[in-house]
Amino acid sequence: MVAIEFPLPRTTVPPKTGPILPDVLRSEWDKLRTVRSTYWTLFAAAATMIGLSAILCGIYVAQYAHLSAKDRALFDPASFSLTGSFLAQLAIGVLGVLVITSEYGSGMIRSTFAAVPQRLTVLAAKAAVFAAVTLVVTTAASLAAFSVGQMILSSKGIGVGLGAPGVLRTVIGTGLYLAVLGLLALSLGTIIRKTAGAIAAVFGLVLVLPTIAGLLPGSLSSVQKFLPSNAGLALVTGSHAGKTVPSLAPWIGFGVFCLYAVAALAVAGVILVRRDA
Amino acid sequence: MIEATGLTKRYGSTLAVDALSFSVKAGQVTGFLGPNGAGKSTTLRMVLGLDAPSGGSVTIDGRPYRELHRPLFEVGAMLEAKAIHDGRSARDHLRCLARSNGIGRRRVEEVLETVGLTSVARKRAGLFSLGMGQRLGIGVALLGDPGVLILDEPVNGLDPEGIVWIRTLMRSLAAEGRTVFVSSHLMAEMALTADHVIVIGRGRLLAEASVGDLIAGSSQNYVRVRSVDDRRLAELIGAKGGASRPEADGALAVTGVSASVIGDLAGGDGIVLHELSPQEASLEEAYMELTRNSVDYRAGTPAVTSSAGKVA
Repeated sequence: MVAIEFPLPRTTVPPKTGPILPDVLRSEWDKLRTVRSTYWTLFAAAATMIGLSAILCGIYVAQYAHLSAKDRALFDPASFSLTGSFLAQLAIGVLGVLVITSEYGSGMIRSTFAAVPQRLTVLAAKAAVFAAVTLVVTTAASLAAFSVGQMILSSKGIGVGLGAPGVLRTVIGTGLYLAVLGLLALSLGTIIRKTAGAIAAVFGLVLVLPTIAGLLPGSLSSVQKFLPSNAGLALVTGSHAGKTVPSLAPWIGFGVFCLYAVAALAVAGVILVRRDA
Repeated sequence: MIEATGLTKRYGSTLAVDALSFSVKAGQVTGFLGPNGAGKSTTLRMVLGLDAPSGGSVTIDGRPYRELHRPLFEVGAMLEAKAIHDGRSARDHLRCLARSNGIGRRRVEEVLETVGLTSVARKRAGLFSLGMGQRLGIGVALLGDPGVLILDEPVNGLDPEGIVWIRTLMRSLAAEGRTVFVSSHLMAEMALTADHVIVIGRGRLLAEASVGDLIAGSSQNYVRVRSVDDRRLAELIGAKGGASRPEADGALAVTGVSASVIGDLAGGDGIVLHELSPQEASLEEAYMELTRNSVDYRAGTPAVTSSAGKVA
């Protein structure tokens, strides 16, 4: 038992004035880097992207001799080496959800709002810190996955460099897509509050919804290019010559995707302020 | 200074807090008492801006909580134990919250020292006992060295030493001129710690008084009397408007007249007294009486009777 000495030691920091956002950003950065789930999910995302690139490109190279000239012509080496991002988006989605639902699950959210009653500032700081970290990690992973894949493909002379048309956009776009997807997940987590429910919603959004829309007959099938994940992926797969699915132009598609994220964040913000914590 | 005016919280058709008005003054420990489900936690959440009132308002030093910037410097709150991410260490938990208000790492170390958690600062909070969780919660409340402290059931889960520790802490914080507002359903503990109490039941204010006044107002107070002629004395007391009933050991338990009146009556009639001792109700008895009365007032709600009974 520690005896209490009185008077208690007074704080060494006099009350600060001025804008609170920088302090809240630092706090959210500390929160993100002091829990293990951050490292696990980001590691899973990066490992999936790089690992799948190596495996798939290896298989492609092994099967290259058996491919028809048409198949070879339709091959997009850049997008192919980034196929892992389809799985990585699930890990990023989970982390985006956890950034807020872990606070609701543990009761930490009440400590957070007692320390910073300006809830929109908290949401903005969470979104900014999480998006920045995700963008850096997934862009690096995308570059690594691309490099590994092209190194393997170059054994058949079919690899491309970053300077080839559309390639840099595909590589950078993968990081951008995953960061914005993370923000959509963060918004859903804020709205739903429960980890399991919010993760289910994210998976439904990126996996189930496009599949269902793909079943729509005739002219109705054109709605699928406006779905969030399809619109966002236009930036990544835009150059794919062999695409069978209708798609928006790359940056327009990504713009639509960002609009979804902004709308979701706005709804999350309104709900966050109105609901009891 | 915390001031609530007509504070109301409605969940659907239930009134959790019903037009509650009270004020909590600086320089003393104010106990916030009530049976489980009386609305204590809901009220504290409204004080801290976590829940929005359905009606009325509550302010801290004249301002609603949600208008405070860097509130840790003004109000320290310990909400419930374990409002903590299980995977984060005690030190990281304090640092995250400190940083959000611009409080530096040195202060975090001071606070860890004050609450006695320095040796386990690196331990994951998920592995903490309830008592350690309470200490960490109190650490959060102390981070900004605030003038107002709000503690929700702080002694829950503490061992006897821990209880003495927190009692000393609260008394000292109040002695330094701070406002200390502490909820509890442990009356014996509050009798030792609180100067002033606010009692609520079913969301309504039952009493707002000093501990002394609350006990003085209890009908459980009586005077114990033994004399050579209890029957005669009982008649005299009855004539003065008092009531008396025999105790198990044969003494008289007298209510309605003071000890001095009884002494005068006995002296005037030549009755020799063997005992004349005023018996004071405990805070617990006064509290039980208050909450029981509120239950009688709302007849036909046996559920409340049982919840008030649980408090003992």
